Order: sequence, then structure tokens, then C-alpha cells
Amino acid sequence: MSRKVCVIGVGYSDFNSMTPDIQWKEMMYGACQKAYRDAGIDVRKDVDSFITCGEDYWEGFSIFDEFVPDQIGAVLRPCMTITGDGLYGLGTAYMQIKTGLLDTVLVEAHSKISDLLTPGEIMLHAMDPIFDRPVTGPVQRPRYGGSPTYTKEEPKPLIGATDEKQRVHPYFLAGMEMQHYLRTTGTTEEHCAQIVAKNKQAAFHNPMADYEANITAEDVMGSQYLFKPLKSLEISPNVDGAIAFVLASEERARELGVEPLYMSGFGWCSDTPWLGTREFDGGYAAKAARMAYKMSRIERPREMIDIAEVDDRFSFKELQHLEALDLAKPGEGAMLLEDGELGRDGSIPTNVSGGSLGVGNCYEATGLQKALEIVVQLRGEAGRRQVDDAEIGLAQAWRGIPSNSGAVAIFQKGGA
Amino acid sequence: MTGNDEMVPKDPRGTHVGNKDIYGRKITYSWWEPEVQYNWALGPAMSRFLEELKKGSIVGRKCRKCRRILVPPRMFCERCYNPTDEWVKIEDTGTIETFSISYIDSDARKIKDPIFIGVISLDGASPKHGIMHYFGEVKADEIHIGMRVKAVWKHVSERTGAITDIKYFKPLKKGGGKK
Ligand SMILES: [Zn+2]
Repeated sequence: MSRKVCVIGVGYSDFNSMTPDIQWKEMMYGACQKAYRDAGIDVRKDVDSFITCGEDYWEGFSIFDEFVPDQIGAVLRPCMTITGDGLYGLGTAYMQIKTGLLDTVLVEAHSKISDLLTPGEIMLHAMDPIFDRPVTGPVQRPRYGGSPTYTKEEPKPLIGATDEKQRVHPYFLAGMEMQHYLRTTGTTEEHCAQIVAKNKQAAFHNPMADYEANITAEDVMGSQYLFKPLKSLEISPNVDGAIAFVLASEERARELGVEPLYMSGFGWCSDTPWLGTREFDGGYAAKAARMAYKMSRIERPREMIDIAEVDDRFSFKELQHLEALDLAKPGEGAMLLEDGELGRDGSIPTNVSGGSLGVGNCYEATGLQKALEIVVQLRGEAGRRQVDDAEIGLAQAWRGIPSNSGAVAIFQKGGA
Repeated sequence: MTGNDEMVPKDPRGTHVGNKDIYGRKITYSWWEPEVQYNWALGPAMSRFLEELKKGSIVGRKCRKCRRILVPPRMFCERCYNPTDEWVKIEDTGTIETFSISYIDSDARKIKDPIFIGVISLDGASPKHGIMHYFGEVKADEIHIGMRVKAVWKHVSERTGAITDIKYFKPLKKGGGKK
């Protein structure tokens, strides 16, 4: 298993909060087309396998995999869809190549979340129907009772005792987790507010970012509490966009005359769904990282990782993840932030892309947005946000509310 | 799995569970009706296609590389992986590729008048390019693969820019339509 895996092409569509002018298939097509051009390959001849990452409910199609081949170039070719973050797609492609089975693999993930009018409902639907959903929202909703006919003998069943007034948005889970994180680490709300300011300011240098803003930590502190201690500006807003990666074996990369940029490690991990049992410390990220570090022979991540893109869909998540990834000690994230170590010139530049707070929450494409930034940085193509001497980078993504799972990928410029 | 110890199977094939058992709460279950709504942006190809339907016309897109005319239109060719190049007017006549006759409705209830449904390759488009639709004014022993058909449109005042602006396809007289 000495075969090495490289990133030979990346592409992405425009990122916008709404994309009413373009169909989701066309958006995917645009990103993949750019990735193939970047790799210098003919998709209809040179790609062995195709992987998209999409969640049926976000898309609005059941059996979503049926609808992907055309726009990614995969008609009558090996193709699969992973219900998860784009990093899981990269991990699957990595394995397909690493085993020697295939040479060139496409990975695509996207968000067309503006097509979905009720994202909160999908998150609610992802929670346990017996124990968690009834305490989040009522189940009797006469407005939408479409299909079955209810009679006196067979009335519509009622579950739970909550009413409409008690209904909360599932993002309250992030508020709960933040509460726990602040309490256990001594990190303050101000620190989390600083993360928002840092990332939204950084986003000015990333043309892909849709939510750059000239704001300060005070502005964030002044924004409304939505799920105390979580405030409105600490939540990454939704964005539409597609990202595509072409991965290949090192031999294939050399044949194509592409300077190899290695994907050297990958890890993933899922915690229990029980809210009353799970840890609120990002343990999934810690274990996924351990797996990826081992694969990449990274013994001292804090010293060896030059740049990190971590999931920051809620402000505190950036600090929590940095600590889980062993890029900071527990509670040390806030200190690194205060010392400027997380900035572009710091010792562990984090989310210089603007992160999800600056770029937007692109759902299943979140992991690829992180990985894309690492690739662009290692290639030295990041322009005004370029981090000096970046050789090894880490991309991490969480599956989002209400999950406690995620993945980590490591990329390296040389050696590997 | 009935949760009812007193229920003794009378039928050797198993215990029948009916709505009464469910609604009578003899069985533990959980109920959920998601409030899910989507509003898909259609993009240039589908939007134009639907606009044209409203006018009683069908359009496709041509890929200059493989010279195919794609219906329904797409902005990219899935075969060449190139963007498609131009709009092409398509006839509302065509040939049945395949079909089926349904004797039950979507709730599996028997229906008196069977539903004819199938795929039509449209004249003016490349082979195997067309749409799925209903057939009307045709009998079960007449319909066949290769049958020539023509669209029956709704009145212009009833059209909404939907695939159902065509009511159904009916048999075309021998030699009818420009193939
Ligand atoms: Zn073509």
C-alpha cells in the first residue's frame, strides 16, 4: 500500500446566498468542468470513478444518486453518492486509488440550500423522533396534513405534549454545546466573537466568500442572543455553491505533468446520536484527526501543520475543533487567538479562507471548501491571503446539526 | 412486534396488523409529518422549455460536437460534456418507444379506464430523445411500440407552463407528421 494519492484538479462554481438563475445540475457541471480543465484531463476518457456527496433531504430528491451522472460526466461509468460531507467523498476516492483499484477519481459536493424553504425542518427531522423531536417541536400540524384522511374512529395521532409556542429551531443544540464548551475551557463569549470578526475580515481576501464583513468583536457581542450564549452573528449564513476535486495516483499525476500535491491522510468518526449520552467536546474530530495523523506520520501536529481549515459553522466550533485536533491544548484556543497565532501570519493560521462564517455554510460542500483552501494555499495560489511556506495543511469538517461526526484530511506539498 | 401478548395468530401466515391496531394504539409507534418545502430554481434550459410549452411549442438544445438534439433541453451535453450550443424547434409528433397500461391507480385501487403511459421520441430531435407522457384516444389492443403519435394540447387559456400543458398524445393517421 505504498501508492500515493494526489490532488490533480480543483474547481468551484460561484458562491452566492441565492442562485435563482441557475439549476443545481448546472452548478455542479460548472464546478466539475473547471476541475477537469484544471487537471488537464478529458472527463469522458480519463476519469475512472465518480463520487458525489449529497443528502436527499437537502436536495429534495430521494435516491439522489440517480440524478448526478449527466452533469459530472459519469453517464454509464462507475458512480456513487455518499450521504455526507464532501470530505467523506475525498476519503472514499483516496481508498479507491490507494488500493490500486483505480487511478483517477472525481469528488463533488455542493449546496443548493436556497432551493429548500424549510432547512430547520430537515434538521428537526434528523433528531430522535421519540425523545428529542417532541421537546423541540409539536407533531400535530393541521396546515400541512395532506395524505391520510382522519376520522373520529381513526383520529390523527398525537405524540408529545408540546405546543407551537414551545417550538425551537434545532440550532439550539449549538447553543447548548457552546455553553458546555465555554464552561469547561474558560473561554469567553468575547473570544468567540473575535473568531467571527477574524473570519469575516479574512473573507475580504477570498473572492469565493459571500459573507465578508468589516465587523469587530464588539459588533458581534452586540448582536442578538438566539440560543444563549450563541448570538446571531456567530452563526454561518447559508450559501449555494459547488466544489469538485480530481484525485489521482502519483504515477497518473506525473504522466499528466502535474506537480504532485499529496493527500496523505484521512480519518473519520461518528459519535452516538443520543444527546444525553454524547460528549460535547468535539471527540469525533479528535479521533478522526488521530487516524489521519497516523496515516500521514504526523507525530506533533501543532508543530507540523502549517495551515488549518476547520469547521466554524458556529463561532465556538473553530476553537473547539482546534483543541480536538490537538492543534491547541484544551482551553488554549482562545489564547492562541488573543496572541494572533490563528491569523495569516500566526503559527497556526486557521480559516484564512474566511471559514464558513465568511464563505457561508455550504452544507455537504463544507469539507471541500476547507480542503479547497488548503490546496490553493499549498499551491501558492491564494493571492493576498497566501500563507508563507505552507507545506502541510489540514481540512476538517463536521456533519453539522444535530450530528456529532466528522472527518479530517491532510494534504502535503512534497514528501508525503 | 405487535406489542400485544393477547393477540394469537389465527392465520398461519402471521398476524394481520390493520389500521385499527395502529390508530387504536395497540402497537407502539411514532408519527411524524415533515413540513418540507422546496422551490427549485430551474435554470435557463428548463425555464425556456416550460415557457415554450405555454405557447404550444417544444424546444430542444443542439450539441454541435456530437450533433445531437437534446429534448428536454439541457445546457450541457452529457455525452460530450460540452455546453450545448443552440435552441432547436421540435415537432409535437413522434414515435412510441415503449409504453405500459396501468389497470390500478397510485393507491393500487382497480380503475375502470386504464391509464396509458409511455415514452415518445419526438420528431426533430435525435433518436431516443423525447418525453414520457399519457396516451389518449387509443385502445389497449391498438397501442404498440413504433406507433406514430401527436400531442393534444390544452387550450391556451389553460396552459401554465408545465409538462401537462400537453394533455396526452393520440395516434397519428398513417404517414402523418414530419419525421
Ligand atoms: Zn454532445
